[in-house]
Amino acid sequence: MTVRDIVSTLEGVLLTGEELLDTDIKAACGADLMSDVMAFVKEGVVLLTGLLNPQAIRTADMMDIKVIVFVRGKKPPKDMVQEAQDNGIALIATKYSMFLACGRLYEAGLRSGGTRDIQ
Amino acid sequence: MKLHYEVPGDDLSLAGRASTEVKRALGRLGIDPVEIKRVAVAMYEAEINMVIHAGGGTAEADISPERVTVVLADHGPGIADLDLAMQEGYSTAPESVREMGFGAGMGLPNIKRNADDLHIDTALGLGTTVTIVIKLKTG
Ligand SMILES: Nc1ncnc2c1ncn2[C@@H]1O[C@H](COP(=O)(O)OP(=O)(O)OP(=O)(O)O)[C@@H](O)[C@H]1O
Ligand SMILES: [Mg+2]
Repeated sequence: MTVRDIVSTLEGVLLTGEELLDTDIKAACGADLMSDVMAFVKEGVVLLTGLLNPQAIRTADMMDIKVIVFVRGKKPPKDMVQEAQDNGIALIATKYSMFLACGRLYEAGLRSGGTRDIQ
Repeated sequence: MKLHYEVPGDDLSLAGRASTEVKRALGRLGIDPVEIKRVAVAMYEAEINMVIHAGGGTAEADISPERVTVVLADHGPGIADLDLAMQEGYSTAPESVREMGFGAGMGLPNIKRNADDLHIDTALGLGTTVTIVIKLKTG
């Protein structure tokens, strides 16, 4: 699935990252706590989050995650969009909740995610 | 190459600058992206910890062809039970920190998973020094 497919599947708005529209995405991680994201070991990841602060961008940057989807109609402020743009990260806003956004992507064929053994 | 940073403890929205700059420096040196990611994630987790649990501190990165050594030192409260703190899911972070995206209790385990060597020197009331070593096979 490409970033373009993610935007259309989520009826989303691309806030920055035109140049990434054809990037291939293989796995998804939905989380509001950034250390849960950093425990996620996959390549070609889209991050879905309700966390609207610059640490979402920085976490993605550290993890080489190129795409972030903000769920539930949340739209990041200008300085966050700027930081994402400076770091080559695409931002998408969607009206769908975390559950619906993940469900729609899964249904559209994005199936790879993380599993962890029960402690 | 040695890089040194002051990490302010009063603004979580600014935290991560030191880790970002070290990541960029390693990129310019042409180091393997997988190794850079390990340094970046481990250092970022420790930098955030210093800000949310210890009121800031200093970060130092020493880059040689063989390894990257990152030392993060603070004068915060220290960690009472290090074995407990290393467990996945253990966190003393308050709700206000959780709203900022931290407090899963995964930071120290993430550091351990990414580091080749991890040493945590901590004393109650005095502070914590975290030393992270990542070996570079490209060196
Ligand atoms: N530099 C530090 N100074 C004092 N206490 C610390 C420090 N680093 C970690 N701790 C203690 O260890 C606990 C576990 O740390 P860890 O990084 O694993 O989780 P967290 O920071 O609470 O949440 P997360 O990292 O998942 O966002 C913290 O909740 C805190 O009590
Ligand atoms: Mg932490």
